[in-house]
Amino acid sequence: MNKLYLLAMLWMVALSAPAAGETPDSNRIVVKDFMFAPNSLTIKAGSSVTWANLDDEPHNVVSDAGLFRSGAMDTNESFSFKFDKPGTYHFTCSIHPRMVGTIVVQ
Amino acid sequence: MSHEKSLQSRRNALKCLAYGGAGTLFALSGGVFTPIDLALAGTDKQGTAGLGKPLFVQISDTHIGFNKDANPDVNGTLTQTIDLVNGLPEQPALIIHTGDITHLSKPAEFDLAQQLFSTLRTAEMHTVPGEHDTTDATVSEYFKRFGKASDNNGYYSFDHAGVHFIGLINVLQFKPGGLGTLGAEQLAWVNADLKGRSSSTPLVIFAHMPLWTVYEPWGWGTGDADQLMVPLRRFGSVTVLNGHIHQIVQKVEGNVTFHTARSTAYPQPAAGVGTGPGPLKVPAEQLAQMLGVTRVSEVKHPHSLALNDMTIART
Repeated sequence: MNKLYLLAMLWMVALSAPAAGETPDSNRIVVKDFMFAPNSLTIKAGSSVTWANLDDEPHNVVSDAGLFRSGAMDTNESFSFKFDKPGTYHFTCSIHPRMVGTIVVQ
Repeated sequence: MSHEKSLQSRRNALKCLAYGGAGTLFALSGGVFTPIDLALAGTDKQGTAGLGKPLFVQISDTHIGFNKDANPDVNGTLTQTIDLVNGLPEQPALIIHTGDITHLSKPAEFDLAQQLFSTLRTAEMHTVPGEHDTTDATVSEYFKRFGKASDNNGYYSFDHAGVHFIGLINVLQFKPGGLGTLGAEQLAWVNADLKGRSSSTPLVIFAHMPLWTVYEPWGWGTGDADQLMVPLRRFGSVTVLNGHIHQIVQKVEGNVTFHTARSTAYPQPAAGVGTGPGPLKVPAEQLAQMLGVTRVSEVKHPHSLALNDMTIART
């Protein structure tokens, strides 16, 4: 339950944050035409990734390993997550699970 | 009912399918559910009178909270759908909602949907969630309101009028890159639930995502649905009802009839047409013909169900 609560807090914080651009090291992934673009991104540890939905259909971003889970992003909504540890992180849109992508943190 | 008559009624039902729009009505007829057009059912008695006692109406993909061009007034089209159902000559005993009640899993969307559903003359509603109902951070908003029937598992069964109903959940355990999933635990439960039941019991299986692969590139299917079919095969009449794809697709395989219902909110493109399974914008005057419900009726001799799809279009 604690974990769920934490996820809920993360989700609220992430969704209420201003859209992309506020962090100097912001790495942006656009969600359009049912695809993540780019669908693979390499970043430095400690930097954030922002996903922005430009489709008329809601999408979300869910870490395969359970590290993060956005709420449903409606059109023009976005979600950010900060990656602290190096590693390879796969993610999926759970609404359209054929939409997948990878973040490599160095 | 003679074989020829049964074929004839199926032909009529298929004819109705061609007109269908907003809802689907099911009658078990000659061993298969036959969909009937709701617009016809409301106005033209000949479409439904011969199809037996109304058993239930399937409503799907109401997407409360959607506000884009494809339909800026989903509350209005749901209200029209409810009026259509409330106006049927004989009220169904049950309503089954096959998911995507809301668009974004927001509490206010669920609350509004429930408020609208409360205007149905038929009070008994059974639901399963769609993937749009389970995107909140804790996946709890749906279950808070509709979880009781399934003890928060999402899957459950019940009996009504000699028909055994099974509601399943296939929108939680997505495999990345794949289709919907039922999962080993749920499949084991189905096996146990059906064990010892007479093969002559008509079955209605309902879930949000299609329980057969309609179109894999868009995730229109359930990866482990073939395992679900194993315990179903011995039954003489099985009707599998889904939503998700916002259009009618039907398949008959042995004694199993698969049928997807229309949405009450907005249509989606046919499989593979365009960039993805998003809302399809059609000219305003065509929208009502693409929204509706499915009505299911029961035919006693032989014990069977008939399906009838109805639209909210005015005729």
